[in-house]
Amino acid sequence: MSAPLLKTVDICLAFGGVIAADQIDFELAEGERLAVIGQNGAGKTTFLNICTGYLSATRGKVFFDGEDITGLPPRTITRKGIARSFQIPQIFTEHTVRECMQLAASAVQHRWNPLRPLCKSVNLDEVEHTLELVNLASRANDQACMLPEGQRKLLDVAMALVLNPRLLIMDEPTSGVCSDEKHGLMDTLMRALSERRVTSMFVEHDIDIVTRYATRLTAWVGGKIAADGPPAEVLKDPIVVKNVMGG
Amino acid sequence: MRTRGLTVLLVAAGATLPIFIPWLKTPVILAINNGLAVLGVLVLIRAGQVSFGHAMYVCASGYAVAYAGRFFHLDGVVLILAGTLASIVLGALIGLFIVRYRAIFFGMLNVAFSMVLYSILVKFSTYTGGSDGMRVDRPPFAGFTFERSGFETTLLYVSICIAVLAALIVQRYFASASGQALAAIKTNETRLEYLGISARRVFWGGYVASAALCGLGGSIAALAQGLVTPETGYWVRSGELVFIAILGGSSQAIGAFLGAVVFEFVRLYAAAYVTGAWQLVLGTALIVIIFAAPSGLVGLVTRFGRGRAGGHAS
Repeated sequence: MSAPLLKTVDICLAFGGVIAADQIDFELAEGERLAVIGQNGAGKTTFLNICTGYLSATRGKVFFDGEDITGLPPRTITRKGIARSFQIPQIFTEHTVRECMQLAASAVQHRWNPLRPLCKSVNLDEVEHTLELVNLASRANDQACMLPEGQRKLLDVAMALVLNPRLLIMDEPTSGVCSDEKHGLMDTLMRALSERRVTSMFVEHDIDIVTRYATRLTAWVGGKIAADGPPAEVLKDPIVVKNVMGG
Repeated sequence: MRTRGLTVLLVAAGATLPIFIPWLKTPVILAINNGLAVLGVLVLIRAGQVSFGHAMYVCASGYAVAYAGRFFHLDGVVLILAGTLASIVLGALIGLFIVRYRAIFFGMLNVAFSMVLYSILVKFSTYTGGSDGMRVDRPPFAGFTFERSGFETTLLYVSICIAVLAALIVQRYFASASGQALAAIKTNETRLEYLGISARRVFWGGYVASAALCGLGGSIAALAQGLVTPETGYWVRSGELVFIAILGGSSQAIGAFLGAVVFEFVRLYAAAYVTGAWQLVLGTALIVIIFAAPSGLVGLVTRFGRGRAGGHAS
């Protein structure tokens, strides 16, 4: 088996007295679709923030594709191939949807000639293709601030996707999306990810979605990974049933 | 395209009126070059940041022109380039530090830097002429030697050409990837970073561009006035640049020049008719603008244009 795509060794971080990450040793192999579950405050988002450079761990190391990326800033980690979407969508509210996507695409191509129009600096086909993939093509000319929450979420994911990452990390991609659209969204997303052979990791509360789309599941309790394995097995684990499912 | 018509009108008026009414030359030259500095402030407003210290770059370039003129007796064209370069270098250095800050901290740090420059210029009077400033002797321009009137006419047309060119370049910059990233600083720096783009580097580029525009305006203004004083870098002057940006409207480059022209003439006439209270007139004008046309004079013009276009359609 090849080296893991993402690996953390002994990650520790505490906010005051609250332990958010407690000696986390974790590996993610290329091609996996990992779901992360856990109650609020279990350390899920903190872990994502440490992996993407937003927070620095007090101890421990993060490796991406065998390379030590501990302590690097988010933009450097992003350039290495880890893209991310957020629980609260991070979009450019005063740009149109298409401009947001073009700006994201331009980041990959590094064309910063200040006299060359943005729309000529990027691969427009790829932008349009990604917009269609997440069903936002019809809203491409609207200001991003006009989108409802669910579509903001899609735009946020699409902006990460157009970076052509090797690993896509999504923090609750379906929260805020109305429940009858959730499965449609996850279907398209997962199709896009397998089309581009992107490894993914997503925080999710909807157990139905987890069992349907994830190839592996980790359950977090008190800053630790309490259970790790195929979704069906993890969901039966007594610790998970007690602490995560609230059973 | 209402603004294109407005641009043509402004350029035509600026190019012809002073020929028939010679006393207009100096105020028009000064208005255009003030407009260049305001354009610099507009670049930063694009990123959602307001600098209350940008007269520093106008002032620095003026002194660079004065020194270069005194010691090397250079041509006017070279002096303008030298003044602009001085501002670019200063902006690039101060920018390294200042692009880490946003909002009120960014605004006030610019004031702080500008007041340091102001104090140096006032205190070291042996080298800088103190508050009396330095004379800038009329240099030859592009190889030709001019009398006062000819020199002013030349500067007028040079200013107009540079202003049009600068406005076009700034509009192109705004539409480019760097310019759009600059505008994105206003709404979401986190996302910029997570696209792999350094918000600080993008902002630094905008900051240097804004210093360059202020320097360009400051250099030509120094030549036109034949004098530079520390007063050009005083914080009140920086405030004026922001004032004009709001008056003209920050959505389009032309707003800077429209605002600057209106400002110059309101000041001129208000000073003549209500001596000592021209600030009162300007203040009132700004309050009216903010209430009636939050997007500035340019906003008024485009709204008027849209209203007319709508009328034709129906």
